[in-house]
Parts: sequence; structure tokens; C-alpha cells
Amino acid sequence: MTIGWYLAVSALIFAIGAGGVLVRRNPLVILLCLELMLNAANLALIGFSRMWGNGDGQIFALIVMVVAACEVTVGLGLIVAMHRRRLPIDVDEMRELQG
Amino acid sequence: MSTVIFFIAGLGAITGAIGVIALQNPLYSVLALVGHLISLAALFLLLRAEFVAAAQVIVYAGAVMVLYVFVVSYVGNDAAPVGQNPGRAATLGAFACGAALVVELFIAVLGSGLQAIGTDGAPYVAGFGSPEQIGRLLLTRFLAPFEIASYLLLVAAVGAVTLARRRGGLDQGIEGQPPTISVADLLRPRPLGTGTMAEAGGRVEVGDQ
Repeated sequence: MTIGWYLAVSALIFAIGAGGVLVRRNPLVILLCLELMLNAANLALIGFSRMWGNGDGQIFALIVMVVAACEVTVGLGLIVAMHRRRLPIDVDEMRELQG
Repeated sequence: MSTVIFFIAGLGAITGAIGVIALQNPLYSVLALVGHLISLAALFLLLRAEFVAAAQVIVYAGAVMVLYVFVVSYVGNDAAPVGQNPGRAATLGAFACGAALVVELFIAVLGSGLQAIGTDGAPYVAGFGSPEQIGRLLLTRFLAPFEIASYLLLVAAVGAVTLARRRGGLDQGIEGQPPTISVADLLRPRPLGTGTMAEAGGRVEVGDQ
């Protein structure tokens, strides 16, 4: 298969993830949708890496995976903190950022 | 053969992605994401990225998803239904945004005029995408990003523990006010014995404040 096909799949997955962030209100599912978008970017990066025959894109994809793991830990920590304080687990209810 | 595998894995990845946003139960969303990640790893293998595919399956579909499952089963009880879905108008709007994004990305990527986009990529060199090549790159050319990424992981781990740890008496919030999460919570001294493993195990009784 040509590289263009992989990029098309990547674009589709990215758009599905973006639509999911818009449509869902559960922060857990929103985090999952962020994962989808990051993975779509990874697929494109690895596709380009293959296109140039160069390993740099794969390193970039690995770093993106590290960043995704960080985002997940902090996001899930926030959700657990919300749950502990009996806050509603719903992004529409969390309107205010109070320092 | 690789065409068949591409279509199976690509359809699996897209179906998994749709499952993540369409399924109502967050646990099923997580399972759909696991399927999506494994299909994506197959696509990575087709692109000759062996090491990234292995890391994807072991780290992502393994470790990170287990963390998700833990939190979903910790938070998602039936008593407090989470995340009602928005109305039909908002759903259609999001669908339209997603479709517009697909069109835009197709134009941006496929219309970019990159000549190699219609080919199978550069000629395959033995050892491309192997752990050896990745390790060599990480420790020579990309040493600084590698170190920064490890510090980022450390900061995220400490931050998550600080955010999620338990503080006696603070869980209910201040009397008469809606509960909040604030930075001040992190700085307030905690009562003796709270936020420890001994408390979690029920071996320390935390008195009333």
C-alpha cells in the first residue's frame, strides 16, 4: 500500500477523535479521544518516517507516546481528585478554574 | 498480502476509534481503544516500525490501558451516572466539524504534492526501525529529547500522586460551599496519618477534624 493510504487512515482517526472530544462530556472518554488524536499523529509520523527511510519520525512517535502517558497520568489523577471531592464527573459542570 | 493486512488493520483501527466515541459505557470505550491500539500496531509493523509497534502493544495497550481500567472501575459506579450525552443539535454539529476536519486533512495531506506519497516509501534497508537503530538514535542524535522526556515522566508521576492522594477532612470541602479542587489543597498541611498507606489499609484511624 502506498503511504497516502496510511495518511488517509490517520486523518480519519484524527477527525474521529476530534469529533469525540466535541460530542462526549465524560472526561474519561475525552481523555480516550485525545489518545486517538495522538495515535493518529503517530501513524502519520511513522508513515513519513517510512517515506523518507529515516528513523527520526519513529523517535518522534516514541516521544509522543511518552507525552501521551504523562497526559493520561495527570488527567486520571484529576479525575480521581474530582471523584474524591464528590464533584460531578462531567466537563460541562466544571466551568470555573479557581486558583 | 500486505494489502489485505492493511485493510483489516485499518478497518480495525477506524472501527475501534468509532467504538471509543460511540459506546456509552466508559469501560467498553477503553476496550475499544485497546482494539484500536492493537490494529494500529499492525499498521506500524506494515510500515516497518518494529520497535514502535512493540512499544505500542506493551506500553500503551498494556500498561496505560490498565491504568484506565482501574480508574474507570474506581469512578464509574452506577450511583452517579457520568457524562450525559448532549442533544441532537450538538451531536450533529460535532459530526459536521469532524467531517470538515477530514476534508481539510485530506486536502492538506494528499494534496501536499509530496512525490513520495504515491509510492511505497524509500527502499527498505535491513535494520530499519529495529531496536538497535532506535536505541542508537535515542542515545546520540536525540539524547536531549530523550532526557527531557524522562524528566517529564517523573514530573507527571509526582504530579499525579500529589493530585490524587487523599487528605483527611478535605474530601468533603468546606462546610456550606460546593466542593472544589484548588491549588491551596496541595499546600494545606494534612492531619497526621492521612494520605499514607497505613490509612489506606485501615490500620490508622483518622480522627474527626
